[in-house]
This record gives sequence, C-alpha cells and structure tokens, in this order.
Amino acid sequence: MTFPGFPDAAPLDGFLGGLMIGLAAAIMLLGLGRIAGVSGLASRAMLIERGGAPWPVAILFVAGLVLGAILFGAAEPIEAVFPPHWGWLVAGGLFVGYGTRLGSGCTSGHGVCGMSRLSPRSLVATGVFMASGIATVALVNALGYGW
Amino acid sequence: MMRAFLALVSGAIFGAGLALSGMMNPARVRGFLDLFGDWDPTLAFVMGGAMLVMAVAWIVQRRMAAPAAGSDFHLPGTALVDARLIGGAVLFGIGWGLAGLCPGPAIASLGTALAPAAIFVAAMLAGMGLFKLTDR
Repeated sequence: MTFPGFPDAAPLDGFLGGLMIGLAAAIMLLGLGRIAGVSGLASRAMLIERGGAPWPVAILFVAGLVLGAILFGAAEPIEAVFPPHWGWLVAGGLFVGYGTRLGSGCTSGHGVCGMSRLSPRSLVATGVFMASGIATVALVNALGYGW
Repeated sequence: MMRAFLALVSGAIFGAGLALSGMMNPARVRGFLDLFGDWDPTLAFVMGGAMLVMAVAWIVQRRMAAPAAGSDFHLPGTALVDARLIGGAVLFGIGWGLAGLCPGPAIASLGTALAPAAIFVAAMLAGMGLFKLTDR
C-alpha cells in the first residue's frame, strides 16, 4: 500500500508495526507498571543507571528487542540503509546517548508513551527533538553531505 | 518469573514492530526528518499506530490499582518542563538526524546489522556514561 504523493512511504506496514510497538508498551505499562522507554531501559541494562526498572526487567526487554528483530528478519528481509561513513554513527550515537539521558527519554518514552499520556513534558520533548532532527537533516543536506 | 517473561515478550514485540514498520532502516527514519527535501511520512503512521494502542492502555491504567504483575506503577512526572528536558531533546534530535537512528532501532539492529549497529550503540552508551559522569 502506498500513500498518495509519497511512492516510497510504507503507511500500512508502518501503522501495523506501530500497533505492535504500542502493544509492547502496553504490556510494559499494564503488566509491569513501567514506561517502555528504550533509552532508560538500555542505560539501566548496562548498569549506567542505578535507579529505575529492576535490572532483570531492563536486560530482558533489551534482549527481547534484539530477539524480536532477529525473528522478524528470519521470516522477511529487513531493509536497512545505514550512513555512508562510520563517523555519522559515532557522532550520532554520542549525541543520542547524552541527549536522551539529559532529557530523560527518546522516541519511545517521550514519543509513544508520554504523548499518548498527554504529558506536557513529553509533548514538549517530542516537538523539540523532532524539530532539532529536522533542522539537523536540513543543515547536513545544505552542506552537501546528505545521504 | 511472570515479570521476566513479560519484559522479554514486550521487548520482542517491540523489536518485531520496529522491523515491520521500517523504522530499522536509518534512511527511512532520516527521510521522515527530511521535511524540506524528499519527505517520507512513514514514521508518522508508526507513531499513530503506537499511540492509538497506548492511549487505550492509559485509560485502562487509570482504572487499575496495580499492574498485573507488580505491586505499584512507577511512572515519571509529567509537568516539569525545564532546560534539561529541552536541552536533552535538542541534543537527541541532532544525533537522530545525523545517524537516522534512535535507541530502539539501534539496539534491535544489533541482531540484524551488527557492525553499524554496534558502532552506534557503543557511542550511545559512551554518551550515556559521559552524562552520568558529568551530571552533578
């Protein structure tokens, strides 16, 4: 299924995948009483963060993320085009790691969980990181380094 | 045991959902942020689907005294909008735009595209560690 005017978009797969992500976050919330925020759980799983979710919950959620992608990938190839140079990955990773801890969340915690809760914090954070990401891509493209 | 099972299942459904939605493709995520260029709206549909389910979950949550497999809800506050929140979101957005990766897809990709995912995740963990070390 395509989206009018955007031949490369995958709206149906996106929506169905989104429902699964929502279901996963709902299991975390209603089953374990916690936010399915990947940056926080990853930080906890790697023992960078001492507080928050119990360590087994964090490490098993992170392991599940990898497992779920592997299982999906075994059934259907996962299309993925990464940045053309590892420098993008290092710079991006450093900003994402530092920024998500300073701002207490990423696309999952603030975006999916917080916005659906109508949390003012998360609405602001999501608006800001989307605007910042859009500005970054526009700047990279303007400098001629788009990929 | 039940809690461990739910955590693993939640992660696995999350990871499979990321894969199905196309969000494990950094070029597609970058395409969503390329609003002034060759814009790809897919991420908005992902967000819409996820928020639809979670909006119902939040309604159910308000009627529950405790989570199904736990004694208490551990939920962050929602009101405080301060410089840390905004500064953190700005920095996260820069990294997201540079690499086309946020934490969920990056970690999920460790199982399917090890080399680039490992470089990003190692840098991300270093960034998290750096924050932890310098946070007063």
